[in-house]
Amino acid sequence: MSEAQLKNTGTERSRSLEEIFEQRIANDEKIEPKDWMPEKYRKTHIRQISQHAHSEIVGMLPEGNWITRAPSLRRKVALLAKVQDEAGHGLYLYSACETLGISRDELYDQLHSGKAKYSSIFNYPTVTWADMGAIGWLVDGAAIINQVPLCNTSYGPYARAMIRVCKEESFHQRQGFEIMMSLCNGTEVQKQMAQDALNRWWWPSLMMLGPTDSESVHTEQSMKWKLKRKTNDELRQQFIDQTVPQADILGLTIPDPDLKWNEETGHYDFGEIDWEEFWQVVKGHGPCNKERMNARVGAWERGTWVRDAAMAYAEKQQDKKVNSAKAV
Amino acid sequence: MKTNLYNYILELADNCLIAGQRLGELCGHGPSLETDIACTNISLDLFGQTRSYFQYAADIKGGDASEDSIAFLRYERQYKNVLLVEQPNRDFAYTIARQYLFDVFHLLLLEKLQFSQDMILSAIAKKSIKEASYHVRFTGDWIKRLGDGTEESHAKMQEAIDGLWTYTNELFEVTEEAKILAEEGIAVNVSTLKDLYYEKVSALLTEATLTVPENKYFQKGGKSGIHTEHMGYLLADMQYMQRAYPNMKW
Repeated sequence: MSEAQLKNTGTERSRSLEEIFEQRIANDEKIEPKDWMPEKYRKTHIRQISQHAHSEIVGMLPEGNWITRAPSLRRKVALLAKVQDEAGHGLYLYSACETLGISRDELYDQLHSGKAKYSSIFNYPTVTWADMGAIGWLVDGAAIINQVPLCNTSYGPYARAMIRVCKEESFHQRQGFEIMMSLCNGTEVQKQMAQDALNRWWWPSLMMLGPTDSESVHTEQSMKWKLKRKTNDELRQQFIDQTVPQADILGLTIPDPDLKWNEETGHYDFGEIDWEEFWQVVKGHGPCNKERMNARVGAWERGTWVRDAAMAYAEKQQDKKVNSAKAV
Repeated sequence: MKTNLYNYILELADNCLIAGQRLGELCGHGPSLETDIACTNISLDLFGQTRSYFQYAADIKGGDASEDSIAFLRYERQYKNVLLVEQPNRDFAYTIARQYLFDVFHLLLLEKLQFSQDMILSAIAKKSIKEASYHVRFTGDWIKRLGDGTEESHAKMQEAIDGLWTYTNELFEVTEEAKILAEEGIAVNVSTLKDLYYEKVSALLTEATLTVPENKYFQKGGKSGIHTEHMGYLLADMQYMQRAYPNMKW
């Protein structure tokens, strides 16, 4: 075969691989780590899964901020368990990501250097106890809306991780709503605390569903790979429609004067989102971007000697085993 | 009210409460995700035990008493935990050393307390033994890793053990109420645990290539409510909500 013929066959083979791959996705088959996949698919998944994992571990910080000050033992235990769940989510999402051929250390490097992003919502401060309720109710509520479709995404390890994540998130969301409920059934001061938290977390929660469709650069490709099943704007509308009646039950007012039920569309109309604020926070200039990064990088750097020691100890134990085997 | 029993329960529970609170501070800031999850687990176990003890104490006290009023609304001088558990998280070596030095004692205590004539204390102890066995295994493993890891980790772990050793002897101080209740078969006479404790700890430290401190000067006071200067800040944090917003349900 001539060189030109060989080249042609190579291209045809990769084209057919890609066709088979696209067909598998169209058939709703799962793609597994050892299957052939286009490089762009691999990279996109590393980006999204790691971004999700980073969000889980950075997300531990705003709530971790209230563990020592939780108002009752029951609340303290629930909060600790919740933040621990987030660490667990981080752990299995990093593992899912590692199946795509990247190490956890490399992923941490990307987070710490600012190359990788995490959900911007965690760059807002938790200033009162009611924020623990609002985060569970709104932030976890928005996260579920984002994440439930991912249980059916095309990449097997991610889809399976998401099934577990979603179960726990839905528990967290109920827990958050229950905190809000206790506050709203409490004293005037507690009600005000709950309303204030809703006022501060409402708009950032809407922004969590991502930029509006016309601005979203990844949507088209991600929809094709079933990494996304609905557009950002559709998800946002779903979140609003679901949350407004819950606010009514709590007796709280959503801080949007333009919010009203639209009989014709069967959805709530809502006011303009401040996208300038969204991009400011995404670009690193939110109220707590620096604090969150300092906390993560600080924990990692303070832990270096611990991780080194664990490695050195494991090697010594391994050497001992080898030596005693030799002696036998 | 059974004052002796009430005070004895606080003596047991406050160690769990304060040790759990210290570990809770680290949640999200550990050296790795795995250690973070494990330390949070220990903290959760300790708070779980605390709640069982305080619910029992609240029953004994009666009136408006609740697990939360007992946990959050006492003055510093009324907390009976040993000085050891309130020591701060200076670094991971201190955290592990503090927890290990407590865990060995805690397990020995629970193994005796399960035979208490008081059925509730006995039940709490039985449930807690499984948890405490895991705690001592986890922290003991880390003492070995850090002691016999690198030169740096060895030095840090030795420093932590040396720094905290002075607080170990208080674990075996027998309070008045514990003495009376021990005679009734309700409380554990902790002085009887001392030799075995130092034997176990010394063996593990030696295995971890660490030097067993020879310090013979010990600090005490926690059991009678005279704490180190760290305690006030810990309580300021822990009690903040209950103090700032009194008489509310959360």
